[in-house]
Amino acid sequence: MMQSITGLYNYWAVIILMMAGLYILIARYNLIKKMIGLGVFQTSIFFLYITLGKVSGGTAPILTDTVPAGQLAAATGATAPEVVYSNPLPHVLILTAIVVGVATSAVALALAIRIYEAYGTIEDDEIRHIDLGDIDS
Amino acid sequence: MSTVDPLTSAASSVGQLPALLIMVPLLAAPVCVLLRRELLAWVLALIASATSTVVAWQVFMHVGEHGPIRYAIGGWAAPTGIEYYIDTLNATMLLLVSGLSSIVLYFARESISGSIGQDRHYLFYAAWLLCLTGLLGIAITGDAFNVFVFLEISSLATYMLIAFGDDRRALVASFRYLVLGSVGASFILIGIGFLYAATGTLNMVDLAQRIPDAESERAVLVAFSFLTIGLMIKAAIFPLHAWLADAYHRAPIAVTAFLAGTATKVSLYVLLRFFYSIFGADYSFGTVFLNGILLPAAVCGFTVMSLVAVFQTDLRRMLAFSSVAQIGFIVAGVALATEAGLSAGIVHIINHALVKATLFMAVGCILYRVGHVHKPSLDELYRRMPFTCTAFALAGLGLIGVPLSAGFVSKFQLIDALFERELWLVVVLVLVSSLLSFAYIGRTVEIMLFRKGRAAPSATSTGVEHGHIDGINEAPLGLLLPLYAMLTIMIWVGLNGDLTLGVALDASRDLLQGMRPLGAGAGS
Amino acid sequence: MRRYPRQSHRVLQVMTRLLVPFMILFGLYVQFHGDYGPGGGFQAGVIIAAGLILYGLVFGIQRARSVCPPSWARVMMSLGVLIYAGTGAVTMLLGAHLLDYDVLAHDPLHGQHWGIFAVELGVGVTVTGVMISLFYGFSSARNSIDRKNSGLPSDVEASSTVEHPQ
Repeated sequence: MMQSITGLYNYWAVIILMMAGLYILIARYNLIKKMIGLGVFQTSIFFLYITLGKVSGGTAPILTDTVPAGQLAAATGATAPEVVYSNPLPHVLILTAIVVGVATSAVALALAIRIYEAYGTIEDDEIRHIDLGDIDS
Repeated sequence: MSTVDPLTSAASSVGQLPALLIMVPLLAAPVCVLLRRELLAWVLALIASATSTVVAWQVFMHVGEHGPIRYAIGGWAAPTGIEYYIDTLNATMLLLVSGLSSIVLYFARESISGSIGQDRHYLFYAAWLLCLTGLLGIAITGDAFNVFVFLEISSLATYMLIAFGDDRRALVASFRYLVLGSVGASFILIGIGFLYAATGTLNMVDLAQRIPDAESERAVLVAFSFLTIGLMIKAAIFPLHAWLADAYHRAPIAVTAFLAGTATKVSLYVLLRFFYSIFGADYSFGTVFLNGILLPAAVCGFTVMSLVAVFQTDLRRMLAFSSVAQIGFIVAGVALATEAGLSAGIVHIINHALVKATLFMAVGCILYRVGHVHKPSLDELYRRMPFTCTAFALAGLGLIGVPLSAGFVSKFQLIDALFERELWLVVVLVLVSSLLSFAYIGRTVEIMLFRKGRAAPSATSTGVEHGHIDGINEAPLGLLLPLYAMLTIMIWVGLNGDLTLGVALDASRDLLQGMRPLGAGAGS
Repeated sequence: MRRYPRQSHRVLQVMTRLLVPFMILFGLYVQFHGDYGPGGGFQAGVIIAAGLILYGLVFGIQRARSVCPPSWARVMMSLGVLIYAGTGAVTMLLGAHLLDYDVLAHDPLHGQHWGIFAVELGVGVTVTGVMISLFYGFSSARNSIDRKNSGLPSDVEASSTVEHPQ
């Protein structure tokens, strides 16, 4: 029982962050707060991917001449004959996803600014109110 | 990495075509921004889109003759690098997306000339090209993560295009779509992450091979669930369609016509690709019993949404809800997991894309001249805009699915597939939904054709003045030409239903067979 | 225009003047070292843009705009994408697959080197342009909002913090 909590702590962190992000996204009316929720939600996914890429005892996947193959593995107690690298692929994927996330935030903030200019508020319920008051064409 | 691996030589008969398909709109988009001239940007975007269409046609023909194409990006062979994988289904989607884009883009210039400031047009076309790049990319790629990247490229461009709407509510619609769309895309990202955790690969062909003997059954199941929800949001399948109506209503009408024909359809393609090619029909519809979710969702979708569409007064909103209903038909076919059902779904993807794009373009013509599309106040519009109204009525027949029209083939095939599975209640509901679509299309056509203008006090309260149709002329040629081009294609597809059905049957056979193992699919 | 527009933030202004060249230099290092070591276009673009954004925050948007006009930023955005996609187009014209860098030089290893270099350059230029554009876009939008709603009490405080640091 304890093992499943402490041993997998990053997965628990991912779950907590994911739920917190989704909750903010759903429960808050303020558009900026919604964006913060979305940001937290997306960040939790980044954590998930990074966790997937971690190899225990692994180092950054950069070829080095200074550390001969095997020496580092011996130091960390691994039996593999070569340097143990973390899996770089999830990192690369998440780098792309981070950029996508930044782009999404930028578009969302730009929209929020335009909404503020047009409505004078960024509270979703107030906007809904204004819209309902408007005459539908 | 080496340029003389067997994959390269296998693909050499199509050469660079798959890459060209993506590169042309991608290269044209920044040039549009640099040009900054409205006309130049439009011409360039049109050329780029048309080039993509021609390339897509060649790819389509090649796939039809020689089987699937595989194209390794950067020369890195498949499981290591990203590859493009094109079989009958994608080739059809590519042709559909690029063709629709070309015709609607021609329509767009005149259509947005009044509503968007001239100095921002070049941004509109750049966003359009990026959206096209993204949609084509989703359809062409054979790499699961690449799907996510292209999905976000197209989505971000879509949010921008929707925000171009002349009403401030377009901004809110765009923001709400952004929030829901990002959540959907994030769910897909989580799903892909779990797939990678379970199998250690992102290549679709490789995934299909490795999923059956994945170490962790549960990781695959979690991936499956996240992908289902994410794709249902993106494809606007019934309970998760909330973003669609506002987005279609508020966006510039050319954008709506483009998106209605492509965006949700491409998401449906991804759904097919994941559930049939990657997870396999046996897993998706046997082990996990996805039809338990998809079929009720689809049936509720086409029944409820058709009913909702009947009560809409704005034509754009009516057609938007009708879109959700039609997506229900597609999903109903897909959820049957039989060859007949699957081909019904695929053929309806094609038909509905053409029909709905035509309808939205006709609505765009009305919007251009009348300034609104408030249904009850379009009395006798036929006298003023005969060509537009004829096109609307003909496309409407396609939507209802009367014999010899585009919608007939797919609905007939769907009902056939439902008979095969003996789902009588669903058959009845399909017919009821078709009747409902007859109600909302028929009512509109009736108002346009026959109803005399009358000063209804109920409509004045909505701010729409009557008697305004006097002095309105037929839409300009810049709008009518693409409208009729699309209508011609739609009618041609309707009359040659066996052709599209043949393609759809090929595609569904491919899908049910699963993706071919490495090398075997590379046609000579 | 005065050399140091505001007396009260002399320390910040002097430090910014000192820092910005080094930030841009470091950005260039990250950019050009990115093909063999940690780094690359994304990071470099952000660092270079951060230099200009810092300058804009301390000295005011107007001066930042005169250093790097918004139209440059827009050109950079498209130019970077063109460099990236153009590299792909060149490899295709040379007969290899899209983004297969082997053909860019006589030796495949050098080809890979050049290819990644060009692609990262494209990324760097685009990211710099995008970041600067975002900064300009958001800062000017905020001013227009404040002017529009100058009557609203909640915004009085927020106004002009960007343009004139107290």
